[in-house]
Amino acid sequence: MQTKPKALLALDVVSLILLAISTYLALVFAPTEAIMGDVQRVFYFHVATAWVGMLGFVAAGVAGIVYLRTQNLKWDIIEIAAVEISLVFFFITIVLGSIWARPVWNTWWTWDPRLTTAAITELIYIAYFMLRQGIEDPDRRARFGAVYTLIGAVSVPITFMAIRLFRTIHPVVIGTQSAAAQGGFAMTGDMKVAFFFALFAFTVIFIDLFWNRIRMGNLAAKVEQLRLKISQ
Amino acid sequence: MKSPSLARSSFLKAVAAIVQKDLAAEYRSRELLSSMMVFALLVIFIFNYALNLEPSVRAKVTAGVLWVTFVFAGTIGLNRSMAVEKDRGCLDGLLLAPVDRTAIFFGKVISTLIFMLLVEVIMLPFYGLFYNVNLFNPGLLLVMLLGSIGYVVVGTLLSSMAVQTRTRDILLPIILFPIIIPILLSALDASNGFLNNLEFDLIQPALGLLVALDVIFTAVSFMVFDYVVEE
Repeated sequence: MQTKPKALLALDVVSLILLAISTYLALVFAPTEAIMGDVQRVFYFHVATAWVGMLGFVAAGVAGIVYLRTQNLKWDIIEIAAVEISLVFFFITIVLGSIWARPVWNTWWTWDPRLTTAAITELIYIAYFMLRQGIEDPDRRARFGAVYTLIGAVSVPITFMAIRLFRTIHPVVIGTQSAAAQGGFAMTGDMKVAFFFALFAFTVIFIDLFWNRIRMGNLAAKVEQLRLKISQ
Repeated sequence: MKSPSLARSSFLKAVAAIVQKDLAAEYRSRELLSSMMVFALLVIFIFNYALNLEPSVRAKVTAGVLWVTFVFAGTIGLNRSMAVEKDRGCLDGLLLAPVDRTAIFFGKVISTLIFMLLVEVIMLPFYGLFYNVNLFNPGLLLVMLLGSIGYVVVGTLLSSMAVQTRTRDILLPIILFPIIIPILLSALDASNGFLNNLEFDLIQPALGLLVALDVIFTAVSFMVFDYVVEE
C-alpha cells in the first residue's frame, strides 16, 4: 500500500484554502462593475478556468511529443491527466461564460472565435477518449493518443486564427479598452487583485489536480500489472 | 549506401506503385467511386429540401452545400481506402515491403485525392445542371484542389489510425471533423469569395491560409505516420 506523499497532501490543503480566498475576493472583495452589475463577478473564475484549460492543453501536447520520442508509458499517463483536467476546466469556462453572456450579450452562445475554439477543443478531447477506448494494446493506445493530441495541438490554434479572420464580439479585457460596447470594461485596482489572485489560485489547483491525476494513473498501471501477474 | 537521387527515384517508384495498385483495383471493382458519387448526389438532394434552395438562398449557401457534400463523400472514400488494406492483411504486406513507410502514406494520399477530385469534378456540373448555374470557375477549382489536399492528408493519417481500432468506420468522422475545421473554414471562405466574384485581395487571406494549412498538415502527418503503422 502506497500512502499519499506528504507534499501532495499539503498542496491539497493549500489549494482548498486558495480556492476559498479566491471565492471571497471574487464575490465580496472586488467592487461591483458599474454597468454589468454582479454578473461580471463570473469573469474572475471564467478567465482562471480558461487559463487552466490552456495549461492542460499545452501540457498534453508536450507530453504527446515527448512520448513519441521516448516511447515511455509514463508520458502517456501525464498526457491523459492533462487532457482530462483541460476537458473539465474548458467545460467550466464555457458554462461560466454562458452565464455571463446571457444578460450581457443577450444570448447564451455566439459563434465567436474563443467560444467556438473552446467548444471544438472539447470535441477533440472527446474524440481523443473515444479513439483510446477502441484500442486494447497499451503501446498502440499511447502512440495513437500522442499522435492525436499532436494533430489537435496544431489544429486548434489555427482554428482560432481562422475564425478570427471574421468579426468577433468577445471582449478583450486585458490589453485594450476599446471593447466597452461588447461587455468589455477597465479593471480597477481591487478587481485586479481578485483577478490575479484567481489566476494564481487556479494555477496551484491545476498543479495539485495534475499531480493527483498522474499519481492515480501510475497506481492504475500498477494494478493492471498485478492483475496480469495473477492471471498468468 | 544509395545515392540521394537513387533513393528519391525509388521513393517515387514506391509511391507510384501504390497509386497504380489502388487505381487498378478501383478500375476493376468500381465500388468506391460509385458509392461516393451516389452518396454525394443524395446529399445534394437532401440539401435541396432541407434548405429550400431557391435562387436568393443559393447565392449564400452554394459553397457550404458543396463542401459538406465533399466532406461526407470524402469520409466514405477515406474509410474504404484504408479498410480494404486492413481487411485482407494487405497493410501488413505493404509494411513488410522494403520501402520507406511514408511512401505508403503518400501513395494512399494521392490515390484517395484522385478519387475525391473525380467526385468533385463530376458533382460540379450536376449541381450546375440542377440549379441552372455555371459553377465552372478556375478559382473555385483551385480552392477545391487545395482544400481536398489538406482534407485527404489529415484524413489518410486518421483513417489509418481508425481502421486499427475496434470501432473503425464509426470513429473516423468523429476524430476527423474537429481537426479539419480550419481547412474547411478557409476553403469555404475562399469558395464563397470566388463564387460571388469578390476581388482577389479579399479572397487572398483565406487562400493563403489554405496553402499554409496544406503545408503544415502534410509536414506533421509525414512526421508521425511511422508511429501510426508501427507494429
